[in-house]
Amino acid sequence: MANERPKADVVIVGLGWAGSVMAEELTRAGLNVVAIERGAWRDTSTDFPPAVDPDELRWHTRRELLQPMSVETTTFRNTSAQTAAPVRNWNAFQFGWNVGGAGTHWAGMSWRFLPWDFEVAGRTAERYGQAKLDGLMAEGLMLQDWGVTYEEMAPFYDRFERIAGTSGKAGNLNGQAMPGGNVFEGPRERDYPTPELKDTHWMRMYRETAEGMGYHPFTIPAGNISQAYVNPLGVAMGPCTYCGFCDFHGCGNFSKSSPQACILPALMRRPNFTVLTETEVLHAVKHEDGKTVTGVKFVTRDGQEGFQPADIVCITAYQMDNVRLMLLSGIGEQYDPVSQQGTVGRNYSYQTCSSVTGFFSGAKMNPFIGGGALGVQIDDFNGDNFDHAELDFIGGAGIMGYSTNGRPIANMNGIRPGSKRWGSEWKEAYARDYQEVANIFCQGTSMPARDAYLSLDPTYTDRHGQPLLRLTFDWNRNDKSMIEHATGKAIEIMKEAGGEDLMVDNQAEASWNPYKQHSSHTIGGLVMGADPATSALNPYLQSWDCHNVFSVGASAFPNNGGYNPTLTVGALAVRAARAIHETYVNNPGPLVEA
Amino acid sequence: MANWKKIGTGVAVLAVIAAAGAGGWAWTKLNTSRSSVADDSVALADFKADPEAAARGEYVMRLGDCAACHTKGQGDFAGGYEIHTPFGMLVSSNITPDRETGIGAMTERDFFDAMRHGRGSEGMLYPAMPYTDYAKLSDADMHDLWAYMSTVVPVSNEIDENGGMAFPYNIRLAMAGWNMLFFDNSGFSPDASQSAEWNRGAYIVEGPGHCSACHTPRNALGAEIGAAHMQGAEVDGWHAPEITSNPHVGLGGSSLEDVARYLQTGSDGVAFAAGPMAEAVEDSTQYLSDEDAMAVATYLMSLPGSEARASAPMALNASAALAYEVNCSACHGLEGEGIDGLAPGFAGNGALLSDSTTNPVRALLTGARAAHTGVLPTGAGMPSFAWKMNDAQIAEVLDFIRNSWGNSAAPVKVEDVASLREALGAREKIAAPE
Repeated sequence: MANERPKADVVIVGLGWAGSVMAEELTRAGLNVVAIERGAWRDTSTDFPPAVDPDELRWHTRRELLQPMSVETTTFRNTSAQTAAPVRNWNAFQFGWNVGGAGTHWAGMSWRFLPWDFEVAGRTAERYGQAKLDGLMAEGLMLQDWGVTYEEMAPFYDRFERIAGTSGKAGNLNGQAMPGGNVFEGPRERDYPTPELKDTHWMRMYRETAEGMGYHPFTIPAGNISQAYVNPLGVAMGPCTYCGFCDFHGCGNFSKSSPQACILPALMRRPNFTVLTETEVLHAVKHEDGKTVTGVKFVTRDGQEGFQPADIVCITAYQMDNVRLMLLSGIGEQYDPVSQQGTVGRNYSYQTCSSVTGFFSGAKMNPFIGGGALGVQIDDFNGDNFDHAELDFIGGAGIMGYSTNGRPIANMNGIRPGSKRWGSEWKEAYARDYQEVANIFCQGTSMPARDAYLSLDPTYTDRHGQPLLRLTFDWNRNDKSMIEHATGKAIEIMKEAGGEDLMVDNQAEASWNPYKQHSSHTIGGLVMGADPATSALNPYLQSWDCHNVFSVGASAFPNNGGYNPTLTVGALAVRAARAIHETYVNNPGPLVEA
Repeated sequence: MANWKKIGTGVAVLAVIAAAGAGGWAWTKLNTSRSSVADDSVALADFKADPEAAARGEYVMRLGDCAACHTKGQGDFAGGYEIHTPFGMLVSSNITPDRETGIGAMTERDFFDAMRHGRGSEGMLYPAMPYTDYAKLSDADMHDLWAYMSTVVPVSNEIDENGGMAFPYNIRLAMAGWNMLFFDNSGFSPDASQSAEWNRGAYIVEGPGHCSACHTPRNALGAEIGAAHMQGAEVDGWHAPEITSNPHVGLGGSSLEDVARYLQTGSDGVAFAAGPMAEAVEDSTQYLSDEDAMAVATYLMSLPGSEARASAPMALNASAALAYEVNCSACHGLEGEGIDGLAPGFAGNGALLSDSTTNPVRALLTGARAAHTGVLPTGAGMPSFAWKMNDAQIAEVLDFIRNSWGNSAAPVKVEDVASLREALGAREKIAAPE
């Protein structure tokens, strides 16, 4: 090929959180790394200067930090019997469009998954008997373990928390419950790098109410840093000002954990690191032997095609694109829901959520004091933290009282039921309810099901003529039962706190559609596992089919936790990168025998 | 590091006059016999360096900050850096061992002549090349530097160094006259009454480090004013602050460790290097060994300071405090404490309190970028407020910063803000309905 670049040890496809973490690990180990990023360079000081007030209309309403739909979208249908149509607005999930990826525009909730989340099949059988697991499987769920346990993940979580500068309070230090922290979390070796964020008025009300009901409230661990911090790479972060313009916005105060704020300043100094921006990888190129790839084919912004040869290819794009790139590269077999053969595309899940809104007459909630990850949560009904023996579902939801933002445009719908939605009455209602409204959010688990999957669309293509990814998904019975249960608990808390005129939005009451979602946590499709028959990647995130291909993202999750995915993605990236530079490069080949 | 280059060439006109008027050669100024310690037979392109000497030479290169001028996107040390002067444009030369376009054909003696005497392969060098300071380099450091230069990858890159200079400034021989007036070609002589550490610091500062090129003010003839050595100067739209023992605006309020930390990392925890000093830190001073950084600090803090002293803080308006809280406090702190490794503190930051307000005004008008170094890689940026604040508002918020938390300084002149806004081409405050 005319435009063939010098060979790299590793090419990284997509420079978001996963790509940045891997590039940092791999360059520090001395490998020569080239990262290829579809979006443009974005820098904290010049792109998000704090001298400019946060522009909600530009960043949140018009979503200008996200990849334009004209570049790539997905198609969607609820069932295999339907014909999918392209999604035309970003709501259910958001592709990044810059160096830093979605790690630039995320909110910052920084959770470790529960030990249970990694072993939903094994632990369900263990606690409730094989019959319960068999029943759920017979119903259509595809429950499986990750091939890695929480215990094995803990050191990588710790590393990523240190890099990202996570704020929080430990709830389980080496097995000892720590009051005030999340007593349900898996054991951690040490506390968070910085203390938890402060309470808003609503958070304090929620905390006191939940405590009074016998629950275990704690401050949500946050990638909104609570005090000045220098991470292990020597990069400095500044304390969060609680401005409340986090998700969909870049942070100009160096307060929100992001590749820009936490990794790129150190990474860009390294002579063995190169980033090609505004350059899109079309697919990996397979070697004649079929067992490896030789590099990636890319196209530059001005349409020039090129080839980046590399010994190792790391696919670290958005979850959807990781799956799509594997399918476009012909690596692994497309999952077929009828025969249940094939591993690429299976175990797609969304996240099962609901919200409960209440109004407090005369209150001054001051929601303009906010943070993307600012909230108090109870995990008493999350994961397997409560007894499911008499319940017809597994899983649960984190139930949070949150103060993530007081953005004036986004909150216009937060007015009492029955209020007029236009004119002076509406203005009066909004002026009143802006201060009196409070929200509880249930962020629930999602279990994989046979007929929820990702595949290439037979009809629609992107600007380069490559097929779009097709999403086939609807809520399954287990998850609907789970969220109904959690929503009931949230309603009880809201009423106990004194909230009136409740508005309840249970997402799973209607068929899933891509325009009405409260979560953006889309997972699976390229999952890790110990069994090559049911997973595309081995427990080191290495492709079972091409041993020099690794892929990290939420695409690797076989099921979704009741949490935001970022910390788990970051921890998996550390794990995969260490497997590469500690083991793989010395003896290239499968790290686990199939 | 653009400043001293400009200054050096800014006196070229005087050099021409001096050359014309000189009645006889002042041999002590132009004598190059010090170079006879160097070999005059082997060309750089053929020289085989002892690796240990080359490694030491790399450190000398860092001390002298050669890369600042000789590397500009055309290959390491391949030249091409444009230096704009009132007399035309100079372009830095290719100093790679390329025989045709670099210095590959030079012998070690030629190299010594160029470095310490301003005699290049194409005639006299312009004092944009700080041979006036490099003259202090020891023979040992010169041998090592030569060894290092032989290990640089040759790059073919033809440079016309003074093609952009108009007559008569393109006459290199004129520099002989300039040298007669201003050049002292003697080497470094230690002061026996001072410690070895102090002498090492003096050698680095006055020799390869060429600190005074920026930090010492110059007289009308373009020569440094000895009585105000290192007491701060205006250069190229920046203020190179006083770096003497003065406790108010100099280093007198700092510890030796703080000064060393600033040099090695770009920040002492309060002030941050930005602008040309950020380049100096990134390319040069961050590589200082711990001993050398302390030696430099020891020497600088022994230098006599200016008369600048703290006065009573000026009275402030409530609106100034509000402007500070709204615009500045998120990063610089409610008490002017800043953020370690990220944003400068203002309380006790002497560099802010000088009578020259160029740097803080400039930071508000155009923004600034902190140095990024191995230890402090963040390199955070200060955004521009030119679009948001008019001249009086900038003066007001700076008066607050310069007269709060124990600081005291003279009022910022609104007309100084206006003239700097114009000189820098910073935009006017955006027009908005009242």
